[in-house]
Amino acid sequence: MSRGLRKFSVETIAVLASVVIFWVPLYFVLLTAMKSAPEASEMNLAWPSKIQLWQNIKNVVAFRDHMLLRAFWNSSALTILSLAAMVVVCSMAAFVMQRRNDKATPWISFFVLAGLIIPPAIVPTIWVLNEIHLFKTLIGLVLVEVALGFPFSVMLYRGFMAAIPREIDEAAVVDGYGGYRLFFTIIFPLLQPVTATIIVTQAVFIFNDFTNPLYFFPGAKNATVQLTLYNFTSQFVSQWNLLFTDILLITLPPLLLFVFFNKKIVAGMTTGSVKG
Amino acid sequence: MSKVFKRIYTYNFLLPAAIVYTVVFIVPTVMSFFFSLTRWTLFDWTFIGLDNFKTFFQEPSLSIGFKNTLIYAAVTCAAKVVGGLLLGVFLTSKIRTKDYLRSVVFFPVLVSTIAVGIAFSMMMHPTTGLFNTALAHLGIEGPDWLGDTKLALLSVAAVDVWKGIGLATVIYIAGILAIPEEYSEALQIDGGSSWHKFWNITVPLSRPATNAVIILSFIGGLRSFDLIWAMTRGGPGFATDVIASIIYKQYQGGFYGLATAGNVILFLFVTAIVYPLSRYLTRNEVDL
Amino acid sequence: MSKPRKFLAVLSSVMLLTGLLAACGGGSSDKESSSSPSASGSASPSASSASPSASASASSEPQEKVKLTLLVDNNQDTVVYSKALVDAFQAKYPNITIETETRPTGSEGDNFVKTRLSTGDMNDVFFYNSGSLMQALNPEQNMMDLTNEPFQANVIDSFKPTVSFNGKIYGAPVGSTMGGGWFYNKKIYAQLGLSVPKTWAELMENNKKIKAAGITAMIGSYKDTWTSQLIVLADYFNVQAQMPNFAADYTGNKAKYATTPAALRGFQKLEETVGYYNKDFLATTYDAGLKMLAEGKGAHYPMLTFAVPALVQNNPDKMDDIGFFAQPGDSADQNGLTVWMPGGAYIYKNTEHPEEAKKFVEFVASTEGVSVMSKVSKPSGPYAVKGAALPDDTPQVVKDMLPYFDNNQTAPALEFLSPVKGPSLEQITVEVGSGKRKAAAAAELYDQDVKKQAQQLGLSGW
Repeated sequence: MSRGLRKFSVETIAVLASVVIFWVPLYFVLLTAMKSAPEASEMNLAWPSKIQLWQNIKNVVAFRDHMLLRAFWNSSALTILSLAAMVVVCSMAAFVMQRRNDKATPWISFFVLAGLIIPPAIVPTIWVLNEIHLFKTLIGLVLVEVALGFPFSVMLYRGFMAAIPREIDEAAVVDGYGGYRLFFTIIFPLLQPVTATIIVTQAVFIFNDFTNPLYFFPGAKNATVQLTLYNFTSQFVSQWNLLFTDILLITLPPLLLFVFFNKKIVAGMTTGSVKG
Repeated sequence: MSKVFKRIYTYNFLLPAAIVYTVVFIVPTVMSFFFSLTRWTLFDWTFIGLDNFKTFFQEPSLSIGFKNTLIYAAVTCAAKVVGGLLLGVFLTSKIRTKDYLRSVVFFPVLVSTIAVGIAFSMMMHPTTGLFNTALAHLGIEGPDWLGDTKLALLSVAAVDVWKGIGLATVIYIAGILAIPEEYSEALQIDGGSSWHKFWNITVPLSRPATNAVIILSFIGGLRSFDLIWAMTRGGPGFATDVIASIIYKQYQGGFYGLATAGNVILFLFVTAIVYPLSRYLTRNEVDL
Repeated sequence: MSKPRKFLAVLSSVMLLTGLLAACGGGSSDKESSSSPSASGSASPSASSASPSASASASSEPQEKVKLTLLVDNNQDTVVYSKALVDAFQAKYPNITIETETRPTGSEGDNFVKTRLSTGDMNDVFFYNSGSLMQALNPEQNMMDLTNEPFQANVIDSFKPTVSFNGKIYGAPVGSTMGGGWFYNKKIYAQLGLSVPKTWAELMENNKKIKAAGITAMIGSYKDTWTSQLIVLADYFNVQAQMPNFAADYTGNKAKYATTPAALRGFQKLEETVGYYNKDFLATTYDAGLKMLAEGKGAHYPMLTFAVPALVQNNPDKMDDIGFFAQPGDSADQNGLTVWMPGGAYIYKNTEHPEEAKKFVEFVASTEGVSVMSKVSKPSGPYAVKGAALPDDTPQVVKDMLPYFDNNQTAPALEFLSPVKGPSLEQITVEVGSGKRKAAAAAELYDQDVKKQAQQLGLSGW
């Protein structure tokens, strides 16, 4: 078997496997979203007797005075603001944390790890936000998201900062660069692949966040997309078809974002003269 | 470190992150640790010392919880490291469908956990579910994926891997692409096989990625809650309870002090495992 | 100034170097005018005496525009009738607008409500459970005392204790009572020539016959774990019939499930039903269970009658096939129904518009309000408002409950008589119903669970 042929067959198998493993569940969601309520509660793969996807979408969007549209707006604003803050703040922190190594290092690492481990304490957080007059504001919620995403992002940045040779820093210092200039003009652009990774993953976490908006940004006007899911799984009268239509709709934006950024990641790689 | 570099790597870089993190996360956490020593109804509290911790360790399903937590973390973490690395290598090699496959593998990460839990619970239904109807076509009687007490935890773990492997893969892809080309070029001149390259270059030099994946998925596994809750609620009975779900149930019951004590215990438990692990892993990182 | 706030104030002043919190932080945190600490709580004149009675309200127009906020759970049925109530109320009082906000149901919702109250940030009016859940909200600190409101005269007496705390009434009923018992499929009963059982033995005999006929005798929907508790909870009428003091003894740590035969019976009954359920009962949801019942794929479904609106929504043409009976005891002359009370409408103690809020609560608890509700949501039992008749199109399954009420053969569920309820009951009943744990062991485990809860609540005697 020639090498080319073997590669080709591996690739074919991979594509087929991807269809079974990843597309079938999606197909199931799509199918359920096309059904009427009684048919959807059957939970099977039977083709719907009559396709009413458009009707379901209209129902979901119109539900509770177009709550979904407001939710999209809120979630998007929250996601974009949080990401901008997170990328800047976390990359800066990771730069120093990776490059410096002194007495404080283990402590800092410990606090970062702690953030990954400890679930956030809701009520005391509300008290603190209240204290600094940011409770029930978008900014307050953004701060919460940044704080919660901080450990993960810093870990990634740190990991990849290690792969950037220190010789670069040294050369820059010889050229008379200061710390900020070194970081923002040389290091930060080199971190592009990680930044893209963080943007995509954190965007998803924040966009799909349910608990934090519920508690820190309450109010009928402030619904976020995950809250809409809860509207369709009310405890006693569930409407699976609408629920799945909702899942479909709220999954689209992150998906589009990823498709867009996926190209960006690849582009970032190639400009870094790395053959992808 | 020289004085010059102390100035270059100034701690000012840390300031914004430190302020946000301290105010919004550390301060409330310290406060809540205080409440673990109280009987707390959210409206008032009574100091009761270590009683909550005693109560927590008397929880009937706690031993199941600890065992399940470790199994779940180990299984999902191992699968994500091995799967993520292999997929990462495969998706950075010269294949035509690379973009498509990268997107598809990553796709589940984009779907909210609640949605994934709902969809897979439906697919794992013992009689009408997708899996067992497919197996029935092959003449096999499928198991009750979530109702069988021995199988339920592994079923959820499998879904966890399905959902999380995309993230591990992306971290690996970025890690593998960060390996300078010189290494493999040098190897090519020496005439090494691709297997050789994988073992001697890719695996050791993508260590930062491996460490990130191990730490993240292990902690994620030990703290795992969302998916288990969405799919089994710790059931049937107490069969798939993990520490986090036990704590959540106490929280639901309005036992805020007890749940906070549980969080302290979970924190100590995870830290005791993860902190040495992370020190060990980062010590062995190869400096490029 | 409450304890956590004091503690917080000290801590935060150390940590954040800012001033103290305004004590008992008033309702709206976005108000910049720093009202003096004591003013926010007691700005309203003492309520009971000063309120003009509702009948006189028409003459005192025009009034300034007031906006109230209302918090309800996001259950479809609740949202529908809340909207109807709000619309009708706004039509009646044009100067008041009400903005409705939804919250999750279940324990996530309990935590949501507690968090809101404890952070001093509650809506003016909120709908929430009565009974043991309401007791956990610290009513004295968080709710307006409605004991002396004129509308209490329209509320049935048996409802009042379920929204009372230390002898004061804090709520008004929202909607109808519910029965906890057994739905059954009349077609299957007719086909096999069965009659409604008056004793537990007869019921199990029916189960046997149905199973022998190749039909699923009992519907289990344990995917939604809460549904597994019904047999134990709905047995309370029978417990009380034999042990009138059980609730008090139970609250006082004097009676236990495991050592009280009458109470243990509920767990034993559940154990006796093992083997009669549908094959996939662990994966079946509540929704699917209702569907099985309506379509005759299962004969019995132990459930609360709040399932009626869902049944009407999903299977309107099958309503005549569905009947209901109370869970029978061991002797036919003690046959009665365990009743769940409706939730309550409560007013936040620090509301800025107490008079308007009271008007709304009064409207909810009036026959007018009930008739508005009954147009959009089918009742699940008799209303808790005096003189509010069931509408003519009430499904037969609800009318099946009426004889129990007419003959005074009802008892409230234990959760309305005692603040004690262990959080793990639903997991334990899943184990019993699926044959993994014996009744006696289950009752013991539940007693431990209850002990933990009572200690956490700080009840005396535990």
